[in-house]
Amino acid sequence: MMRGLALVAVLFAAAGAAHAQAIDYAKSQVTFTGKQMGVTTDGRFKKYNAKIAFDPKKPEAAKIDVEIDLASIDTGANESDVEVKKPSWLNIAAFPTAKFVATSVKQVAPGRYEASGKLSIKGVGQDVRIPFTAQAAGGLTTFEGGFTLLRLQFKIGDGVWADTETVANEVQIRFRLIANART
Amino acid sequence: MTSARARSTVSTRYTAVAIALHWIIAAVIASTFALGLYMHDLPASPLKLRLYSYHKWIGVTIFLLVVFRLLWRLTHRAPASPPHMPRWQRIAAAGSHLLLYVLTLIIPLSGWLFSSASGFKVMYLGKIPLPDLVGKDRVLAEQLQLTHELLNYFLAAVVLLHVAAALKHHWVDRDDVLKRMLPAPRTRSQSR
Repeated sequence: MMRGLALVAVLFAAAGAAHAQAIDYAKSQVTFTGKQMGVTTDGRFKKYNAKIAFDPKKPEAAKIDVEIDLASIDTGANESDVEVKKPSWLNIAAFPTAKFVATSVKQVAPGRYEASGKLSIKGVGQDVRIPFTAQAAGGLTTFEGGFTLLRLQFKIGDGVWADTETVANEVQIRFRLIANART
Repeated sequence: MTSARARSTVSTRYTAVAIALHWIIAAVIASTFALGLYMHDLPASPLKLRLYSYHKWIGVTIFLLVVFRLLWRLTHRAPASPPHMPRWQRIAAAGSHLLLYVLTLIIPLSGWLFSSASGFKVMYLGKIPLPDLVGKDRVLAEQLQLTHELLNYFLAAVVLLHVAAALKHHWVDRDDVLKRMLPAPRTRSQSR
């Protein structure tokens, strides 16, 4: 009986997994670009979990659910890595992840799509639209896109850091996700 | 004697431009040195980011001033050492002057390298981007930071020696080595 239940659970899990395409995290990347004192600086997130089920023939049926482990942030500098995790920035002790869940996906041009959904960071949810491209080749699909995040909308860098003269409000988020093409 | 004395009034002073450059660069380096020590220990804040930027801009400015100063020096002869100076002192003086020029050029360069390795492009005066000398590299950045710091302490030591020597010339030898680098008195014959 227990074995039977376990088997059912595994089958259900497998059925769910069949919708999501496996992501090749080693080849994928999620990066961000900010501006300090007029100088652009790049960083990336080393750990994230992307659940994508996307069929270019039926983009409106796509499911996109991305969760970023904010503790995996790599700003390129030790001091910034420490600073950005503190309460005035990402406050990762209280809000360890950033999440995007698409509520609708539509095609805007051949190969070009737009995902609308909710982006949640630091306890703040905002509706965002994220344009992306999807290119299938050799059994893999490459999703590429990005958008501009206004950090102060999410209280990222509040208090003295709210000064956008030193650290710009705009942060460019870019991603390149390599996934198995949906069968 | 009179001819030697006449010659000395012409050749024993630095030019007004050389004197101005010497003191301006000295003042800017001293303040930037203090700024560097101060900003390094500040907790992360917008002020700290600003001060780091200003420090870099000042460093670039020092480099440009030193290049100009070197060009000036190469085209305008420095006054000769006073005749009473022993040979070892002349060599020590020439050596320490050379060291000061070299350090005031490579210290800004080490800071620029450090900034490049840290992934922060140097944006001179917030307007002019300088090319990145090396790619972003955390380990290299730490080494360059240490290099920049040690070179500065070395410069501070050479400056102390330089100041001590100048004061010794002034108070012990009672020659004009310090005076010839001081802003000229009003007399026309001495300003050149």
